[in-house]
Amino acid sequence: MSRIHAQAAGRMQSIARNPIMIALFASLALAACAKKPMNSAGDLGLGANAATPGSTQDFTVNVGDRIFFDTDSTSIRADAQATLDRQAQWLAKYPNYAITVEGHADERGTREYNLALGARRAASTKDYLASRGIPASKIKTISYGKEKPVAVCDDISCWSQNRRAVTVLGGAGM
Amino acid sequence: MLKRNPFRFLIALAAMVTLVIAPAYARVEININKGNVEPLPIAVTDFLQGELGQKISDVVAADLKRSGLFAPIAKSAFIEKITNPDAAPRFEDWKVINAQALVTGRVTQEGDGRLKAEFRLWDSFAGQQMAGQQFFTQPENWRRVAHIIADAIYEQITGEKGYFDTRIVYVAESGPKTARKRQLAIMDQDGANARGITNSNDIVLTPRFSPNKQEITYMSFEGNEPRVYLLQLETGQREVVGNFPGMTFAPRFSPDGQRVIMSLQQDGNANIYTMDLRSRTTTRLTSTAAIDTSPSYSPDGSQIVFESDRGGRQQLYVMGASGGGQNRISFGDGAYSTPVWSPRGDLIAFTKQSGGKFSIGVMKPDGSGERILTTGFHNEGPTWAPNGRVLMFFRQNAGAGGPQLYSIDLTGYNEQVVQTKGFASDPAWSPLLE
Repeated sequence: MSRIHAQAAGRMQSIARNPIMIALFASLALAACAKKPMNSAGDLGLGANAATPGSTQDFTVNVGDRIFFDTDSTSIRADAQATLDRQAQWLAKYPNYAITVEGHADERGTREYNLALGARRAASTKDYLASRGIPASKIKTISYGKEKPVAVCDDISCWSQNRRAVTVLGGAGM
Repeated sequence: MLKRNPFRFLIALAAMVTLVIAPAYARVEININKGNVEPLPIAVTDFLQGELGQKISDVVAADLKRSGLFAPIAKSAFIEKITNPDAAPRFEDWKVINAQALVTGRVTQEGDGRLKAEFRLWDSFAGQQMAGQQFFTQPENWRRVAHIIADAIYEQITGEKGYFDTRIVYVAESGPKTARKRQLAIMDQDGANARGITNSNDIVLTPRFSPNKQEITYMSFEGNEPRVYLLQLETGQREVVGNFPGMTFAPRFSPDGQRVIMSLQQDGNANIYTMDLRSRTTTRLTSTAAIDTSPSYSPDGSQIVFESDRGGRQQLYVMGASGGGQNRISFGDGAYSTPVWSPRGDLIAFTKQSGGKFSIGVMKPDGSGERILTTGFHNEGPTWAPNGRVLMFFRQNAGAGGPQLYSIDLTGYNEQVVQTKGFASDPAWSPLLE
């Protein structure tokens, strides 16, 4: 019974639950080829002025808290480098924050390997931020493997958003 | 005279044939190494007396049916009503309905409150008894007694140990994918008696049984510190395995239960370590700038199979128990992962990703004889029944809200859903409980 329900409802339900995801999909549809960070203010249609400078919201909306990876890859893409450069500048401006980089994988891999792959993505993100002047001692990493997808569908449009590293201010699990 | 006709003879399994010659007196037999076996018609009569006897015979028949090797005959077709399970049945009545094997039995309560369950297995066409045994247990364990009887029948007729008196530990999943709740759960191999054994919002993954059946090793994200844990099933007591400086994951027990083998993540690399559970000493087995994970011991404990991406994509490697002689064994097209050594030692099961599909397959420990058992959108994480005949794994179909458990015969036939209340993943089969 649960299976039937899940098949009927799975795709839409998980998208519909999350208004941000709707925005992400809308922006994807409009600019499928643009490799821009999906959570920047313009994509979300949010006013950049809404966030207090130096706040978590400021970081997430105006800087961009996440970068994306190619399939099975852990190298930092050019678009991701731009995001991480902005992150490093912001973190230099607000040095009180410690951060946790959460590494994630898409669902198209096995569970144990993806835990390691997520860790490798978090590590390469940490290395990049450290190379831009953020003290490594202030950067924790954690991998969630494929266990915490943000986009839920069974094609590349979602997988490409789940292969990510998210910089979380103040610690893991927030 | 009742030997099954050969259908598809699987060369890969030919080596096992000599192991399954049934005792001379057993005329009814199934050669289970013949691929798509025609199931043996069997009549499992209601055990005397009353409702419990009927429930036990239903569980016995369901076990035998799910194995794919037996075809229990509908009770409505029975001619003789068994009134004395100790007396020889009217074989003619059973031959008429083609019941090649016949099971009779009785359940009684002893003076001390225990249940006594007896059964007899008859060969209708030879007109003789093949087996007869009795078991004692607490009344609440009646399903276990039924499974033990089914195991005895399976062993008598196939010549191999059964796997019905076993349990599955798995990850029970609920809620949307973006906020999935996972807890460890345990159930009988037929899906009965399912219960949760953890209940927190921490992610828990990859539970595996100890050979002593009393402990589970698994991975938990408790406190945002992903680590391998040990859980005592009886007491619920938990502890972190080892004191490692990073994420530990992909745990399994050694065949003697004295060690846990797992991966330790440090920066971008994962290497394989063991911890001795008595001395608490840890030993590093691999040392690569790569992801080495999913280690699994050979049943004699002398070798370890694992996956590594040291050569690019994930492939399977075998090494000695101390880490020496690491040799790649998988060379097919695609990525190979989650290797698990068969309890018989003769095969390694794995997940294979190729052409956008996920398959479950087996190969010999030297990498030869690769066979794919099932392929689809996403199949992952095989685990072996203790007799090395049946595999369980989890599958998620495209568009599905979550994964489900499936079992499949080593021949690739008899694929079946293993019913769970919600979504389920990461099944691990226990040894026989007896």
